[in-house]
Amino acid sequence: MSHLLEVIGLKRWFGVKKGGETRQLHAVDGIDFHIAPGETVGLVGESGCGKSTLVRLLTRTLDPSDGQVRFRNHDLGLIRAREMALHAQRKDIQMVFQDPTDSLNPRYTARQTIAESVRLLCGLRGAEAAARVEEVADWVGLPQALLDRYPHQLSGGQKARVGIARAIVSRPALLVLDEPTAALDVSVQTVILQLLDRLKRELDMSFLFVSHDLNVVRLLCDRVLVMYLGQVVESGPTDAVFHAPAHPYTRALIASLPGGLAGGQATAADLLVGGDPQSPIDPDPNRCRLLGRCPRGLAPCGETGPVLRDLGEGRQVACLYPAVVQHHVRQ
Amino acid sequence: MSPTGKTLLEVDRLAVEFRTRSGTVRALEDVSLALAEGETVGLVGESGSGKSVLSFAAMGIQDPAARITAGSLRFAGQDLLAGKGAAMKALRGREMAMIFQNPRVALNPIRPVGKQIEDVLARHTDLHPAARRARAVECLAEVRIPDPERRYAAYPFELSGGMCQRVMIAIALACKPRLLIADEPTTGLDVTTQAAIMRLISELSAERRMATLLITHDLGLAREYCDRIAVMHAGHIVEVGPTAGLFAAPRHPYTERLIAATPVGANSLDELAAIDGNLPDLRRDDLPACRFAERCPQRAAVCDAPLALLPAEGSHRVACHLPRKVAHSLERKHVASA
Ligand SMILES: Nc1ncnc2c1ncn2[C@@H]1O[C@H](COP(=O)(O)OP(=O)(O)OP(=O)(O)O)[C@@H](O)[C@H]1O
Ligand SMILES: Nc1ncnc2c1ncn2[C@@H]1O[C@H](COP(=O)(O)OP(=O)(O)OP(=O)(O)O)[C@@H](O)[C@H]1O
Ligand code: SF4
Ligand SMILES: [Mg+2]
Ligand SMILES: [Mg+2]
Repeated sequence: MSHLLEVIGLKRWFGVKKGGETRQLHAVDGIDFHIAPGETVGLVGESGCGKSTLVRLLTRTLDPSDGQVRFRNHDLGLIRAREMALHAQRKDIQMVFQDPTDSLNPRYTARQTIAESVRLLCGLRGAEAAARVEEVADWVGLPQALLDRYPHQLSGGQKARVGIARAIVSRPALLVLDEPTAALDVSVQTVILQLLDRLKRELDMSFLFVSHDLNVVRLLCDRVLVMYLGQVVESGPTDAVFHAPAHPYTRALIASLPGGLAGGQATAADLLVGGDPQSPIDPDPNRCRLLGRCPRGLAPCGETGPVLRDLGEGRQVACLYPAVVQHHVRQ
Repeated sequence: MSPTGKTLLEVDRLAVEFRTRSGTVRALEDVSLALAEGETVGLVGESGSGKSVLSFAAMGIQDPAARITAGSLRFAGQDLLAGKGAAMKALRGREMAMIFQNPRVALNPIRPVGKQIEDVLARHTDLHPAARRARAVECLAEVRIPDPERRYAAYPFELSGGMCQRVMIAIALACKPRLLIADEPTTGLDVTTQAAIMRLISELSAERRMATLLITHDLGLAREYCDRIAVMHAGHIVEVGPTAGLFAAPRHPYTERLIAATPVGANSLDELAAIDGNLPDLRRDDLPACRFAERCPQRAAVCDAPLALLPAEGSHRVACHLPRKVAHSLERKHVASA
């Protein structure tokens, strides 16, 4: 099967000074995954584990230290950064940023921001362009009355909707969303989630959806990637991973869901034990990064860095002692 | 729960407007809310309903286009609107702190985050300069920033979104405020970190009797940590009451639908029901008395009459002419069960 997006051995390290010498912070540390056309992939993981860095690498707003990002079989690394924004392939990847305040031009009204995308990405002009702007504002539940406001005149959630509208005007093949719904009330969030679902079904759009809201990931995503300190530690079909998580970190994450997950196998016994996370600076490659907080960890975990391996049924896990997966039967 | 505490913040019939080129935005109208010492009140509601505008007004931070056109704001008995600029600024700086919705913008981009915490400690505590650094590192550790010694020297751009947010929280709490206004303090944080932050805030309210206004879209969070909940829609507080009662039997049709739209417990996206219609245009001169009327499925002729927050039961109050009777409220199976 041909992938829309393929990520191979992707790394991004940042130099940080510590006591006079420069050391490397491994923000993204050897990641492989792919996204098929029409597929929605969720990306979850602790704050600071490298999700936004990964997203910036995919959209080439940041250069990788190593590895490849392939889109429709083109190596995006070969496109010069300067040409990137308007490159034919890049147009088909759009991005919704984590902080809408940071990413909107303060001198543009909502209408101008969306219109700029309509012009650059759809090549529309005049009345056609104006109609498109209003149509897309409607899609994201942004009242027409707000279109002529500047960012400082909009609330947090209103700005978030401008960011989403701008990214979907051209119906890109791949939309990467970094915490798009965090600023929205649950009703507007529902509008956006149902819109994304419709775009997927009707236009075969693909999504990479970064979120801390596991309930949203559960409802929207076909597959989920779980990151921990720069690496993917578990991946697989969302239903299966949520009901029978294999990696101790995933189990802890799901066990800490307020209200729990009906029928899920993760319980309070899976919560992380005390202890601080390891430092992302020059981590020991022969040591599992969760060790110290892991309720299942044993001595060998400090001697062998676990790598992703197949569990069958499209699932992968990087752990020496994963929970035995009782395959979840879909109703 | 400590409703017995002394009232600390008192918002009374507040109205705030913004002048824009295309008309006046009536962002807040007739908003009243009181917070007692040691109490945590959740402010929830629609995006754009005025939650941030209300907090900014309390903090005295205002867009030049904003005008307070009616009402009063009192802190520990002092009139925040009448006092002289400088004195009020000092009072607010000393006793009130706010965690902003957009942390990266609120931090100084060209100063290491640890120094920014020290700056606050210098203003608000009598710590010796040498002790401040250690305390700043401790503050970072309290909000669960890993490797706090090293992060002390980091600039905001070197931190993740959630880390900037936690630095903001550390700065706000370092002032030892009597009132904390937290605007979406934990969105963008994973559940584990979120729980740690909320525990820290709860401890401070218990130990120092800090009052907290918690603005959030996460109804599960509000339900778990707040003593009372106020619900906003289009510049009005439409319902306010003790947390358990409000979630168990919401009286306002907006609150009811908001709770029903929560994804916790739903099995598919199709099960979620968005609330019909949009926030009305707040520039209109003909806004109905009930600003939810045009979206409300049970609107009747009586709904055009003037409206105020009226007691429903105990301290539970609602601004609706046709509030839900307890027995008739829909079954709410999607409510986060804390
Ligand atoms: N400077 C301004 N000029 C005009 N209108 C404004 C201005 N600032 C805010 N508004 C409007 O006032 C209303 C209330 O905004 P506010 O930021 O308080 O919403 P909120 O409840 O905090 O929403 P969110 O949950 O999305 O952050 C919004 O409809 C917004 O568009
Ligand atoms: N420019 C930079 N210089 C140094 N370190 C950086 C830089 N950008 C990111 N980092 C570090 O890389 C790591 C990953 O950050 P990233 O923003 O990708 O996290 P995240 O998973 O998106 O977190 P959050 O959920 O809090 O947004 C963090 O430790 C962060 O401090
Ligand atoms: S490898 Fe060991 S320490 Fe790492 S997650 Fe698995 S059990 Fe825990
Ligand atoms: Mg991020
Ligand atoms: Mg706000």
